[in-house]
Amino acid sequence: MPAQKDRWVSSLVFLLFCASSIPKCGSASLQQEPSPQHYFSGLEAGKTSLAFFSPSVSPGAQPFLEHIESSAEALQDYGVSVVKVNCPKEDVSRYCGKENALRKAFLFRGNRLIRDFPTDALFDVNSIVANVLFALLFNEVKYVETLADLENIENVLKGKSNMVFAYVPATGTAEHRAVMEAAFVYGTIHQFVLTTEAALLKATSHDDPDVSSAWLLFCHCQQVTEPAQACRRTALAQPLTLLNIHRHLKLMGAPLVTEVAEDPEKISTVHLQLGLPLVFILSQKETYEADRRTAEFVAWQLLGKAGVALLSRDLVELNVLQRSNVALKTPDEGMPIQYLVLEDTDEVITLVEDKSKVKQIQEDEQEEEEDEDEKENNNQDIQDDQVVEAVSRDKKRELPLEQILVLTEENFHSSLSEAARTVVLFYASWEAVSLAVLRSYSEVAAHLQGTPGVLLSRVNCWDWPGLCSQENVTQFPTLRIYQGGQQSVTYGGMWGTEELSSFILLSQVSCPLKLATMDEAEGYLRGEFPSELPSHHHTSLLGVFSSATSKAREAFEEAGNILSGHVRMGMYFEDDALALSQKYSVSPPALLLARSGSQSVEGIALSQHSVQDMVQMIRYELLDIFPEITVPNLPQYLQLGKPFLILFSAGDISQVESKEMLKLAKGRPQQTFVVCWLNLKKTPVGYGILRTYFSTTPPLPLLLWVNLHAGGQVFKFPSEQSITEMNILSWLEQLQAGLEIPSSTLSEEDWKPPLPAYDFLQMMEPSVPELSPQPGASPAQHPPQNPGGDSAGGDSGSREEPSPESTAEAVGVPGRGLRGTAPRLAARDKPGRRHSEL
Amino acid sequence: LGLALYASNLCAMSGAAFLYHDYCVIGAGPAGLQAAYFLQRAGRDYIVFERSHAPGSFFALYPRHRKLISINKQYTGKSNSEFNLRHDWNSLLSHDRRLLFRRYSRDFFPNADTMVRYLEDFASLLKLRVQYNTAIIHVTLEKNEQAWNGHYFLLTDQDRKNYKCSSLLVAAGTWVPNVVNFPGSEYVEGYETVSINPEDFTGQTVLILGRGNSAFETAENILGVTNFIHMVSRSRVRLSWATHYVGDLRAINNGLLDTYQLKSLDGLLEGDLEDLAIVKDKKGKLHITLRFYLENRNISAGIDSITLPQDELDNFATRAPYDRVIRCLGWKFDFSIYNRSLRMMPGKGNIKKYPQIKPSYESRGTRGLFVLGTASHSVDFRKSAGGFIHGFRYTTRAVHRLLENRHHGVPWPSTVYPITQLTNSIIKRVNEASGLYQMFSVLADIILLRENATEFEYLEEYPIGVLAELEMQTGRKARNGLFVIIMEYGRNFSGADKDVFYYNRAVGEAQHAWQSNFLHPVIYYYKHLPTEREMRLRPPDWPLPRPNAIHHVVEDFLTDWTAPNAHILPLRRFLENCLGTDLRNFFAESCFLFAFTHQKLPPSCQQGYVRMQGLLGSQELRQHAVQAGLLQDYTHTDFSGDRPPDSHHGSQEHLRRDHGIPLRPLQHLVNAKDE
Repeated sequence: MPAQKDRWVSSLVFLLFCASSIPKCGSASLQQEPSPQHYFSGLEAGKTSLAFFSPSVSPGAQPFLEHIESSAEALQDYGVSVVKVNCPKEDVSRYCGKENALRKAFLFRGNRLIRDFPTDALFDVNSIVANVLFALLFNEVKYVETLADLENIENVLKGKSNMVFAYVPATGTAEHRAVMEAAFVYGTIHQFVLTTEAALLKATSHDDPDVSSAWLLFCHCQQVTEPAQACRRTALAQPLTLLNIHRHLKLMGAPLVTEVAEDPEKISTVHLQLGLPLVFILSQKETYEADRRTAEFVAWQLLGKAGVALLSRDLVELNVLQRSNVALKTPDEGMPIQYLVLEDTDEVITLVEDKSKVKQIQEDEQEEEEDEDEKENNNQDIQDDQVVEAVSRDKKRELPLEQILVLTEENFHSSLSEAARTVVLFYASWEAVSLAVLRSYSEVAAHLQGTPGVLLSRVNCWDWPGLCSQENVTQFPTLRIYQGGQQSVTYGGMWGTEELSSFILLSQVSCPLKLATMDEAEGYLRGEFPSELPSHHHTSLLGVFSSATSKAREAFEEAGNILSGHVRMGMYFEDDALALSQKYSVSPPALLLARSGSQSVEGIALSQHSVQDMVQMIRYELLDIFPEITVPNLPQYLQLGKPFLILFSAGDISQVESKEMLKLAKGRPQQTFVVCWLNLKKTPVGYGILRTYFSTTPPLPLLLWVNLHAGGQVFKFPSEQSITEMNILSWLEQLQAGLEIPSSTLSEEDWKPPLPAYDFLQMMEPSVPELSPQPGASPAQHPPQNPGGDSAGGDSGSREEPSPESTAEAVGVPGRGLRGTAPRLAARDKPGRRHSEL
Repeated sequence: LGLALYASNLCAMSGAAFLYHDYCVIGAGPAGLQAAYFLQRAGRDYIVFERSHAPGSFFALYPRHRKLISINKQYTGKSNSEFNLRHDWNSLLSHDRRLLFRRYSRDFFPNADTMVRYLEDFASLLKLRVQYNTAIIHVTLEKNEQAWNGHYFLLTDQDRKNYKCSSLLVAAGTWVPNVVNFPGSEYVEGYETVSINPEDFTGQTVLILGRGNSAFETAENILGVTNFIHMVSRSRVRLSWATHYVGDLRAINNGLLDTYQLKSLDGLLEGDLEDLAIVKDKKGKLHITLRFYLENRNISAGIDSITLPQDELDNFATRAPYDRVIRCLGWKFDFSIYNRSLRMMPGKGNIKKYPQIKPSYESRGTRGLFVLGTASHSVDFRKSAGGFIHGFRYTTRAVHRLLENRHHGVPWPSTVYPITQLTNSIIKRVNEASGLYQMFSVLADIILLRENATEFEYLEEYPIGVLAELEMQTGRKARNGLFVIIMEYGRNFSGADKDVFYYNRAVGEAQHAWQSNFLHPVIYYYKHLPTEREMRLRPPDWPLPRPNAIHHVVEDFLTDWTAPNAHILPLRRFLENCLGTDLRNFFAESCFLFAFTHQKLPPSCQQGYVRMQGLLGSQELRQHAVQAGLLQDYTHTDFSGDRPPDSHHGSQEHLRRDHGIPLRPLQHLVNAKDE
């Protein structure tokens, strides 16, 4: 918005500059002339100058001199030079000799005197500029005194040109100057009419006008064809300044209705540039004529407040409701276009007018501190934590927890020692995340019901805090598997039913599992052994060690402990280990990897011997080359810290694309990016991603390059190209070379508090006076800071953030960002007031 | 330890007369034993001196009528052991669950003998090192630069045996009865010796001096058999249910208030005991008169020559003669055994029965001397529970933690949590912590923020009087701001002359929480640790100086502050605004979306989902979140290609939600304006 303002301010200045008849360069200061003779001999025809004659410096003229000096620059823009002529003592000519001439300024065009001004009419820069221009634009600006004069002019102009009628309370005022300056630019286009008669003001405006404030009407006389028809009038709603007049005239000059045949997102009109909204009337071929009429009607109503465009739906493909008939584009950058279904034109007008009203209210709010708190509170106490809200909406449902043993301080140790393996969920019954996990846990219990050797139990830390702290549970929820009441493994994975079940099942088998025979090892790689393990969707990992490689084996076993429950790990170190590994063309120590769904077995030489390295390597090896990204598995790939080359697909990806992508992924073993795809059917939240990037869902499949970690740019693979390895590679090269323009950029926004807190400190102050900072307190307390004041400072940013759960309220209740500032200002004021009382 | 060894060697060399210990504790009452327990658990070299042959000798005698007025709640409906300590006022702190008082007595107000038995068990089961039959009769200092505090404490017992310690913990209680001297005070019986057999008072008229629980307890015992009882003291009666101070008159003892207000002969009077005089007539009856009348009289001349007030004012209130006058004026600290060099000074005003100590419980006169137990009550006299077992068991632990840090380099115990646990850790503590609850406005939990506020450190039950010295006293750093969590009663709510039962006394709305009257959690936020000066200049009656922000959790009838919307949500907003971050929890799906659409993630995604601990949530829960409008359901979204006409409704919903267009914009705005 400010940027736009700048833009048109500069255009105006440029305009003025062009309009000035004498593009005179150099200093714009007062010219000094030694003598009247010298001055008059130098006067050129057509050149305008304002001169005053002074014998010496007379003390009374001093303030006038200052004003006239400072107006020299302003007048220069209009081609008027300001000259001070020194009168020699003996000079008794027309200008220097007479006493009263010395108290006047003279306006010459060439050497012809146009007007003289008494110096007391030139009391400041505004009056000088206004009066000089008024004199110069004698023809362009008509001065009227009666309504009849005005009507006469109007009648003459009908069908020819438009009229600008201005009322100013007095000449020589800033408003007068503004009208004159505008007339200087637009005088040749529109007829300017000026009055200082309050009666005329009353005659031209509807309600009781304020005679002390200026008033400007644009009269659309040019389109009037019948002499009896009156000119439509559009008043300037803002104060009379040069900028506002210019803006108004510019708007009046713009076409009433713009016809649009391209993407409304890309449209920019003079209205948007001037910070006004643009209303689109969505039209169709069949209803074009009626729509055009509606548009014109609306445009007249909104003239000066908003632009109106007619958008043909036949020419532009819109991903919006068929029923939508109106769209609103606001000048605020980044605000999406709103598509609406409105019943009649009044609704369009109220929509625009109330928008500006809202804006007005927001601006006023800084002053109204009183009702602030109550307004805010309406939203503050609405739960905006999705987990807490979901859990509390679900609290009346009784959970099927019969399968889950309740452990207490009394039975905890005895229960653990009785079973070989006990799964314990530590939770707090008041805590939302715990309760959410408890729900998944009850589903796990249902899944695993009847699975031998699995005992599920739970400890409510709200009931047994001693037990939980004794077990070193500091966070809720915590899931542990205790083995015979001794060792325990803490779960560190996703809190989902499937993930928990798989962890519990996998934890049943020792990790790594020692395989005794070659057959077992082979069966293990095929996923057939041991039978209690679910073979599907788990990659099997087999460590093969010769007896000589005991160090690597120890590390592998240690890594197994860490990865227990997450990875299917086997270990083979019989005498024929060498034979087994050579089958897969590696030599021990080695890892054999049988990926789920793939027949082949990969052999990887084990070179690392530290446990940490080995854990990391195993984790890395378990990642897919061309994974399907899902909600649970994304973090594994995020951790690589690489950009994503991701293919969004409406369902399963086609064979061809899959093949091309795989080629791409496999081609470069040390990829600097993650090649992956997303199945929108399986991960519908992907639509949310696309909507954020493109506002609407582009045609699928869609290949994107997302710089998740650096810069956050999103590039879209050209949809006209087919997804082949070659095309992608050349596109990537272009990306790297910086030749592509990002389609979107990930928001850089910080996660600020979604809403302000109750400001108890401020509420307490009036009733607890001793709370306010004491006069003797350290300077650090002055001025007292509003709670979280600093942090609240940035909250307007976060409000606008289109996060899915906050969008509805954040946009629905506009301007909360400003609301936050009002109490802050108030808080800053109040202690100050109290101090002065003290 | 090296120092200690060295020091003890030094002692051994300088003369075998001194027996050295790092810590000496005087008194094996509840506070002494509590201190011994912590010293023992920490493996410190300590000894407890007890003048009697068994612990808790005060309780062997007092209260005279044997009924403890500290509650012993058997059932709370909860199994939370920490919470239950809020309603168990007799147990000492220990890890041994056998040592819970409710295992010793089933009475709500237990017998004092049970307390003696309990303390004996406490000392013996935990094998505390108590030296009985040792009365310390003199304490002095020995300057020594090597000593922890620049001096050693030299203790002498009744057998002239000497002991030397680096640190002295005085848990001797207040056991010296307060006496007043006025003409005729020789006729006054003391509470410590008065008969507790009601039969001894049959048909008698009794005057009781004093207005504390011991006075009322004495009256209660004989209320049914006396002619009438009058009670006189300088100040008006203070009822504990009006003042929230357990040291004031408890309802269990206030039978006399009943009979007084129902005009059943008993009565209460206000007057200065110093002005009083008692004269005995020939029949042995005691007459009340004023010291003023006796000034110029020769008492030996007999009662007839003495002017009684009723001679001039014939309706003088206490004109009826009394058969007995009983003094129940409480006790004071025994200052006599401390050498002058220790500068053990009595407090000023109403705390003159206690020695002067700092809010860290260290003596104002001597470094290294800490006062524990009842004698330390000057810190929170008439405010909190520091003079009673259920209070000082926590302050004793706090002193122990201060000492551990000061002398053994063991910093104050703390737990580090990720910032996502901030709201939870506070909610957990305010709901179960007993130390915060009992020692309201005295002990506080402190949350020290780590850099960038991604983690925080949680310290429990720190004495807020020494908040400014936190870094030095705890060995923890408070460079990035801190939260102080305390419990408070509403200001101006309670007091001796206040009506605490007025209508609408309880606040229910979270937004008016600062006006809460009953005990409720208050959280202070400071960007910087308050300085000593700020602590000194804090508003009167305020436990802490003006914070940068404050939050009150609205009082709760059940003292259960776990309501998601009334308690947790406003707290979260407060914490969020102090930290400038978003502390909401998100389902994994939301985090997934954020990961693809934002360069930064909210803490709960950052510390959960990204570390592969996302909350996937069950189908039902996600459905609820969608219904609440807090999660978007994209399952039916399909903007690409041909849209089936029946999906109209769904997509319209999305459109509306997406762009935030209210269904009726006009009405919406009108409503907003009306507000």
